[in-house]
Amino acid sequence: MRTDVSKINETTPHTGLTEGLMIFGAGTSKEFKTGEWRTNTPVFLEDKCKQCLLCAPVCPDSCIPVTDGKREKFDMDHCKGCGICAKVCPFGAIEMKEGIEA
Amino acid sequence: MSIKERMSGNEAVSYAIRQINPDVMPAFPITPSTEIPQMVSTFAANGQVDTEFIPVESEHSAMSAAIGAEAAGARTMTATSSVGLALMWEELLLAASNRLPLALALVNRTLSGPININCDHSDGMGARDTGWIQIYAENNQEAYDNFIQAFPIAENPSVHLPIMICQDGFITSHAVENIELLEDEPVKKFVGEYNPEEFLLNPGKPIAVGPYSVSNYAMEAKKNQEDAMENAKEVILEVAKKFYKMSGRKYGLFEEYRTKDADYIMLIMGSAAGTAKEAVDELREKGMKAGVLKLRVFRPFPEKEIAEALKNCKAAAIMDRCESYNGNGGPLGSEVTAGLYRNKVIIETVNYIYGLAGRDFTVDHAKQIFDELAGLVEEGKEVMQHQYIGLRK
Amino acid sequence: MSDYSLKTMMNKKERLAPGHRMCAGCGATIAVRAVLRGLHEEDQAVIGNATGCLEVSSFMYPFTAWEDSYIHNAFENAGATLSGVEAAYKVLKKKGKLGEEDTFKFITFGGDGGTYDIGFQSLSGAMERGHDMVYVCYDNGAYMNTGIQRSSATPIYADTTTTPVGSRSNGKMQNRKDLASIIADHDVPYVAQTTFTSDFKDIHRKSEKAIYTEGAAFLNVMAPCPRGWRYDTPDIMNICKLAVETCYWPLFEVEHGKWTLSYEPKKKLPIEDFLRPQGRFKHLFKPGNEDLIVQFQKEVDRRWEDLLYKCNR
Repeated sequence: MRTDVSKINETTPHTGLTEGLMIFGAGTSKEFKTGEWRTNTPVFLEDKCKQCLLCAPVCPDSCIPVTDGKREKFDMDHCKGCGICAKVCPFGAIEMKEGIEA
Repeated sequence: MSIKERMSGNEAVSYAIRQINPDVMPAFPITPSTEIPQMVSTFAANGQVDTEFIPVESEHSAMSAAIGAEAAGARTMTATSSVGLALMWEELLLAASNRLPLALALVNRTLSGPININCDHSDGMGARDTGWIQIYAENNQEAYDNFIQAFPIAENPSVHLPIMICQDGFITSHAVENIELLEDEPVKKFVGEYNPEEFLLNPGKPIAVGPYSVSNYAMEAKKNQEDAMENAKEVILEVAKKFYKMSGRKYGLFEEYRTKDADYIMLIMGSAAGTAKEAVDELREKGMKAGVLKLRVFRPFPEKEIAEALKNCKAAAIMDRCESYNGNGGPLGSEVTAGLYRNKVIIETVNYIYGLAGRDFTVDHAKQIFDELAGLVEEGKEVMQHQYIGLRK
Repeated sequence: MSDYSLKTMMNKKERLAPGHRMCAGCGATIAVRAVLRGLHEEDQAVIGNATGCLEVSSFMYPFTAWEDSYIHNAFENAGATLSGVEAAYKVLKKKGKLGEEDTFKFITFGGDGGTYDIGFQSLSGAMERGHDMVYVCYDNGAYMNTGIQRSSATPIYADTTTTPVGSRSNGKMQNRKDLASIIADHDVPYVAQTTFTSDFKDIHRKSEKAIYTEGAAFLNVMAPCPRGWRYDTPDIMNICKLAVETCYWPLFEVEHGKWTLSYEPKKKLPIEDFLRPQGRFKHLFKPGNEDLIVQFQKEVDRRWEDLLYKCNR
């Protein structure tokens, strides 16, 4: 039976945990919002973006989704604000601002 | 239809492996278990098994690869002894915590130092808290029969724990004895196919194995593992019942040899039980009511049943083929007496350490022990609680 | 091998989900994402992982960042563990329990700790036995997860917590082990050394090649660690560029003992350019320590000349 991560937390009795602490599923980390960590936030200046996609592979957190060859908005639930994308963008289409707000 | 043959314990276990035809066997040689991987790789070389034999570069890697293969959905086993088992220690714990029903043929050999290739139980005993089911054999027949029951026990959904089938190094593994083998088809049917619900190689249904866990979850996971070990006792008995139907040979948690009315009982595990039974027969001729409780299942430890079996005797000799170095005795010495106490059975017990590193245990030694027990009970003689038999003093 | 296009590559489904606990700016997950893009979309993978930063952060119960099947076993046995998985695959295929359309690839990740040091034996065994798998080392040059202790992959003179710079020490005393060469001498079908370039073409090409070459393959990926190397976090791509342009981290491939250089800088930069932005080397720039940099440069040059020779340049 596939694991429902929403049913597992620090109040779950031992019988509610999965066998051998295995997870019968994948990508369940999406439920954990690492976006709460950041102290800097990237701002996407869409009109400057030339869709070169140099930012997409450098994100350690897979927070620049790409669909049909175009980058989409930042995944603010998970972005940790490391600033690598802003640094690599050749067109100044990403600016880092202070704070956690998008 | 049974096949009457004569072979060594290693040959018998290898024969069982051929019949079981496991999917993967990673192994590293170590005396006296080496023959098992050799025989299996010969079977594979001649197309007699489908087993993928992996000649790994160490025992730690043998258990690591076994964990990988079993988690991937393949029925997996390996074989080792002594320090090979010791080297795997970290991995034994993981096989159990990951709830993988893999099997290990343990050919008991003493742990080092000094390095010595002969039999004692320090290897299996050293792993007694790793969460593995442990079943011991008196002879090649039992080693063979136990191995055939191994996967049905381990793979039971209420268990899902790894299992060690133990036999005494050189004494059982290499000595040639008579044996009754089962035919291939019935064994194949008995063991069945391994079809796990969840496994790494399940197309479209990925799983993740081996997490880091904060303290919020670890204690609960360990409790679940313990529950599985407790479930194993019933499952072992169920599988033994089914095995009896197929083979006509009965197995339980232990064998009670002439213990019903016994005043003095020797509790012992492994090949030396045969020696003890010989001594009991001779003593019975002379009028002493002696008996042997031959322990088969060491993990899970059948404390209640042992207490029940010993409760009517006057004194029991608890035989340990290994030291615990706890200052008071061996592992069986501790666990049996704790069991007696918890079940309110108060009898005299003496813990004897015997047979270390292949030291011979003779019928005379056994008779000496029974005489000592009689001396304690009937004449009030002082007997040391924790002593060595067969030691040059 | 397909023609490379960043757009096409980035269109592929993401195999490493967000929500893992790696540091902001971590090089290891950039490496993982790049290597996994080497997989063809229709293929599934079983990912192995040695204990380390990546493992503890990417599978913290009950959160797994992996979209494929994943197994973590212990610290030193990523090679052996995945060998077992690969053997299981062969058997399940033989028995018909897996269909022809169910293709799995086997990729295991280990840090330099779990690969160069404690995992060395297991890696060597897996490579020598020729299992059809890829071992990827994300080399950040120290045991980062336990707090930046030196490994045999740590460059000379680096300040680590077990080779700290002090009045009697200039940091690590030995040069880093050239693991790619050692694995190349196992005569495996494919070994490559790579890191991040702006188009990610080098790492992609090598990842795809490693995955789809039959037999054992090894990838050594330099994955900078902002915490351990102490450079300005957003600067990671520049750090990688300097590593390559100074020839500290050359890019090459070895196929059954045949060496090919992937990139030769038009102008080889002095090693100081790579060392200067990193806090772990700041003591090298104290007056009086000039000779240390000279020695560092000498070793970089020696290895570079050696590599050029092996690649018939």
